[in-house]
Amino acid sequence: MQRGTELGRVRGLGAARSGVGHWWMQKVTAAANLALLIWFVVSLLRLPGLDYVTVVLWARQPIVAVPLLLLTLSVAYHFRLGATVMLEDYIHREGTKVVAVTMLNFYVVAVASACAFAVLKLALGAPGA
Amino acid sequence: MAIVTVPRPRPRPLSPHLSIWRWRSPMAASIFHRVTGNAMGFGAFALFAWWLLAAASGAKAYATWSHVAHGPLGLIVGIGFTWTLFQHMASGVRHLVMDTGSNFEIHANRRSASATFVFSVLMTALVWALILAR
Repeated sequence: MQRGTELGRVRGLGAARSGVGHWWMQKVTAAANLALLIWFVVSLLRLPGLDYVTVVLWARQPIVAVPLLLLTLSVAYHFRLGATVMLEDYIHREGTKVVAVTMLNFYVVAVASACAFAVLKLALGAPGA
Repeated sequence: MAIVTVPRPRPRPLSPHLSIWRWRSPMAASIFHRVTGNAMGFGAFALFAWWLLAAASGAKAYATWSHVAHGPLGLIVGIGFTWTLFQHMASGVRHLVMDTGSNFEIHANRRSASATFVFSVLMTALVWALILAR
């Protein structure tokens, strides 16, 4: 049996009051991704190759490690927002949707943490280690 | 006070309609925006982590990554994700422009959608020409 008004029944079920925040952060991280990924592609193309010594010496510099960290965080946030909307669009069972979005969050945090750990280890680790 | 049940209005038409559509550049750009974004998040982002972890783990771990990356699979995946990056980047910038309220005039909108595909193919060709030339 349906009770209450339509407004009353949808309250708390959707993006009410938080939808603009989601949209805005998608745009902010999009702008950051644009700048950081252009830097990333140009930087890699300027390296003589992607061999071990070249990459380690490159990634160790603060001017590289900091943008790599920012790139990781911005991409992770942007992807989390976009993929959440994708899952919400295509999964119609509420329970499955909650599980899928939770798994997505685990995945994003795990990959972002792995990237951040690797960047910090390269930048802060002992030379030659 | 009695709780009032508002009668449900007749079912509203769904949009976009699930069976009546045809390929046009704006809808192709929209679909590819979602497909490329999710492909990169689930694929390229994890490969990026593998690359960084391999570099952070030492020469031996990096050699494994390097072996795969410089093989035929690495070439296909590399070219593929280069294209998805530039396609998503171009349609993303197009979205940022449309967020300002411009580019909704139908012909300009279609042209800009087509331009995202031209841009992504040209940029992929340029990047891989530079990689393979060295």
